[in-house]
Amino acid sequence: MTTHSEIHDDLSFEDSYNFAYLDEQTKRMIRRALLKAVAIPGYQVPFASREMPMPYGWGTGGVQVTAACLVPDDCVKVIDQGADDTTNAVSIRSFFERTAGVATTEKTTDASLIQTRHRIPETPLTEDQILVYQVPIPEPLRFLEPRETETRKMHALTEYGLMHVKLYEDISQHGHIATSYAYPVKVDDRYIMDPSPIPKFDNPKMDDCPALQLFGAGREQRIYAIPPYSKVKSLDFDDYPFSQLRAPETCAICGADDSYLDEMIIDDDGGRMFVCSDTDFCASRQNEQGFEPAEVAS
Amino acid sequence: MYVAVKGGEKAISNAHQWLAEERRGDPDLPDTSVAQIREQLSLSVARVMAEGSLYDPELAALAIKQSRGDLIEAIFLIRAYRTTLPRFGYSKPVDTEAMRCKRRVSATFKDIPGGQVLGSTFDYTHRLLDFKLMAEGDVPKAEAGTPTDGPMPHILSLLNKDGLIQDEISSDAEPGDLTREPLSYPADRAVRLQALARGDEGFLLGLGYSTQRGYARNHAFVGELRIGFVTVEMSIPELGFSIEIGEIEISECETVNQFQGSKSEPPQFTRGYGLVFGQQERKAISIALVDRALRWRELGEDDLGAAAQNEEFVLSHCDNIQATGFVEHIKLPHYVDFQSELELIRQIRRDALMLEAGE
Repeated sequence: MTTHSEIHDDLSFEDSYNFAYLDEQTKRMIRRALLKAVAIPGYQVPFASREMPMPYGWGTGGVQVTAACLVPDDCVKVIDQGADDTTNAVSIRSFFERTAGVATTEKTTDASLIQTRHRIPETPLTEDQILVYQVPIPEPLRFLEPRETETRKMHALTEYGLMHVKLYEDISQHGHIATSYAYPVKVDDRYIMDPSPIPKFDNPKMDDCPALQLFGAGREQRIYAIPPYSKVKSLDFDDYPFSQLRAPETCAICGADDSYLDEMIIDDDGGRMFVCSDTDFCASRQNEQGFEPAEVAS
Repeated sequence: MYVAVKGGEKAISNAHQWLAEERRGDPDLPDTSVAQIREQLSLSVARVMAEGSLYDPELAALAIKQSRGDLIEAIFLIRAYRTTLPRFGYSKPVDTEAMRCKRRVSATFKDIPGGQVLGSTFDYTHRLLDFKLMAEGDVPKAEAGTPTDGPMPHILSLLNKDGLIQDEISSDAEPGDLTREPLSYPADRAVRLQALARGDEGFLLGLGYSTQRGYARNHAFVGELRIGFVTVEMSIPELGFSIEIGEIEISECETVNQFQGSKSEPPQFTRGYGLVFGQQERKAISIALVDRALRWRELGEDDLGAAAQNEEFVLSHCDNIQATGFVEHIKLPHYVDFQSELELIRQIRRDALMLEAGE
């Protein structure tokens, strides 16, 4: 009997797996789902999501979509919370370096494909770029109706009354729509879509965006898309129009007063400071101003 | 002074080295071999094979070693490996009637054709710690009996001759494959049983238990529980006939359930069914209980609102790899979403305080 150790002895990890990890059959299946998703903007296409070598919840949907889109001369950027150097962004970037051998970058403008968790870059995207979102719960109606059999029907019939009632109840109770991230949008005047847990500050960037926007939810086995230059409208009421939300401060490092800011607690008296969540945007502004980027603490 | 949250790459690499060291434990002690795990932790190996959906005791043992005995982590390693394997085709249905049983018991009949075979079971051991195992030592070889020859018919098929038990609908339809097609609802029974076979043992145990305690009660007897080896055959189109490609150990449980009778059916016994890789009696029985509860619609029973009756609830939450991923992912950074929530709650509180001050 041949044992596994004999079989694997002379194979390194890189030789044992296909380009960008997934086998070609799986990529074809995902690409078919992607094409359908682009053809029906905002519609959630079921796909036979595979187990990936990272856990569900870490971006398995995004990773599968990226793997199915990659070609050898792509240049990949990965961000988590807007930053290139957070642990999971580092981990996913090195996964594609290892399995696809593609170039990687931290510069938004140099990337042909950007995989993101929870942010849209501040620098406007172009027609030559694809933005891949990692999605935990693709169903915008899920917390109003837990049954998938029901929510699919509601989408099919454009039965979105429940969502408007929820927004209305928010206003009557809090005076505001009490959703600050994963704020639902309507795509191309048809499907209500979950934009993934991006802050609602980022919502307007999805509208009329020149880049192709793809969304992958691995555990929930769904793919959806916003084709370039599509209409994406954040849900609201005429008398309570949608508004962006950011900390009313400026970045302590680059001085930006229009970017989305992370809040840091800097001492035990509750002292706070604010810095750009988009690390590449912040670093570019520092360079323009002749600053050195913030030093790595050792 | 602000310090950038950098250094993720270095932290990951250091963490991995530390993890490897902790996995190995005290280097003065001998390393556990994969073969030792395969032979001496065989029930863990069975669970990892079943929930990992890959029948390979050697790889399952390796996964257990690599995961430091965290079985869900081991199952995850096996799943991630399995999904990269090429799919050559599907085997023919296994014939469990021809199983070479090492254990076979019926709780419904005292004596049965083929006989009751107790086999190696914890059932009648006294759960007293055996301190002799702390010292190393061999166990005396168990006395070998003669294997029972002759047929071992399924017990429930005997009941069926009198029409006392509901017929299973036989079908030659290709069963679905939930690793190749996204799960959609309603799912047919074959797909449900597939999901349950690789579902989390603890989750199914809890759900099965809930049916016994009155949440969609369907009082069950174990008609038969058999454990042993079955032959796996595959049709090779080029050859024009099927060949044996190996054998696997499985556990199969058939339950006999209440004879409620319904609006459309006269009183008759009904069945639950569970089949799982390896020696996993607890899991096989749990699957049978949950399978029976999920059949309420088909049998014309009422929806009692019980968890075990709710197909979407059971199937969407029984996979421990999906569950552990999503539950644990909330430890990943959520600074951005939380910042949005902070700003919103500040805004709402500001408005409320201003309103209060104005009054």
